[in-house]
Amino acid sequence: MSEPREINVSEITAAVREMSIKVNHFLSEDMKECLNTAKTTEKSRIGQNVLGQLWHNLQIAEEEMIPICQDTGMAVLFLSIGQDVHFTGGDLTEAVNEGVRQGYTEGYLRKSVVEDPILRENTGDNTPAVIHMQIVPGDRVKITLAPKGFGSENMSRIFMLKPAEGIEGVKRVILEAVKDAGPNACPPMVVGVGIGGDFEKAACMAKQALTRKAGSHSPLPHIAALETELLQKINALGIGPGGLGGTVTAFAVQIETFPTHIAGLPVAVNICCHVNRHLEKTI
Amino acid sequence: MNTMSNMNLKLPLSEEDVKKLKSGDTVTLTGTCYVARDAAHKRLKEALDQGIPLPVDLKGATIYYMGPSPAREGHAIGSAGPTTATRMDAYTPELLDLGLRAMIGKGKRSQEVKYAMKRNGAVYFAAVGGAGALLSKCIKKAEVLCYEDLGAEALRRIEIEDFPAIVVIDAEGNDLYETAISEWEKG
Repeated sequence: MSEPREINVSEITAAVREMSIKVNHFLSEDMKECLNTAKTTEKSRIGQNVLGQLWHNLQIAEEEMIPICQDTGMAVLFLSIGQDVHFTGGDLTEAVNEGVRQGYTEGYLRKSVVEDPILRENTGDNTPAVIHMQIVPGDRVKITLAPKGFGSENMSRIFMLKPAEGIEGVKRVILEAVKDAGPNACPPMVVGVGIGGDFEKAACMAKQALTRKAGSHSPLPHIAALETELLQKINALGIGPGGLGGTVTAFAVQIETFPTHIAGLPVAVNICCHVNRHLEKTI
Repeated sequence: MNTMSNMNLKLPLSEEDVKKLKSGDTVTLTGTCYVARDAAHKRLKEALDQGIPLPVDLKGATIYYMGPSPAREGHAIGSAGPTTATRMDAYTPELLDLGLRAMIGKGKRSQEVKYAMKRNGAVYFAAVGGAGALLSKCIKKAEVLCYEDLGAEALRRIEIEDFPAIVVIDAEGNDLYETAISEWEKG
């Protein structure tokens, strides 16, 4: 058996700090490409105007270090931890939260988290983060940071379909979620979908689907075809950029699947706005 | 629709200004407005319920639904785009009855809000959601008026200049989100 690789958790803190600042000021290349393409394909004049403002917004954000959106999100992290890693120097979860704390405070990012969902007192440093950890083979740690704004998060849905509803049911509920979201989710949106598993597995897959390279397809041919069909149907809804009418309502539909129970067909739809922040780093 | 008139308007708006605005008009706004979102609305509602005078006079006023990121040195404000107005719907009819004349945000409004807008002669503008850096450049001054403990959700007063917006719901209740989307929807 090989020796475990030691990683001091201060490395995780430093990475999360730096990633929090970067992801909120610099749009990822895949999302930039989506926006740039939409500028040429959008048919509505108001829609083109909205996309033009969004493009200009990105330039100002980068040049002047003003966050792309004032809602710098609740920090959502996926950590893929190699089983041969041994963390030293403290508590891993606290190290991640310390990175969020430093990044959001020193990076002039908005503190959008309240301590208790009923009492609603702001924690003042955007912690805690929502952290999903997975143990994988190897001795690396992959950190994916996807700060989530709640304009779009609030429009997300989960449906527990019956197996008899099949693929037509899946299409119907995804379109329903997007239609209901309309202008509220800051379209053009990215639609993350989780199909299968159970209640929370579906929701988690839908969120993780948003962190894929925008526009990339599922390796499963029937799911890739479903992504293509749904994108076309969503763009036919007419919602358009800013919800002000147009032909580009979504940049991409990204679906993840998992085996499920004989009695069920869970479908989770996690909608993200046009910013769809996501950034990866491997340590 | 697609009138794209590009009117320049001064805030606070007059009753006449509101009457001439039509759903789909694009405008730029210059002047003073208040900034409030969920938690500040809740405080305003609590004050009204307790019969305490409001900290601001809403007669003829404009509220921008927004919670900024912190300002860097030399900037009036941080990123400052609109938040979803729908969440303020529960509080809005009462504020409209107190004289609130214009709202800036993004997202759908309830039927109750539309009735109250019609009843009081008010207008709802959308700014581009997710254009917070761009819109911050149109904000020349910002100060916290009250509820400072709410941080990003404190009630603010801001001076805006050539702030780009579009009339989504006019005082007659026409709603661009409904008309424009059905115009572009492919059966």
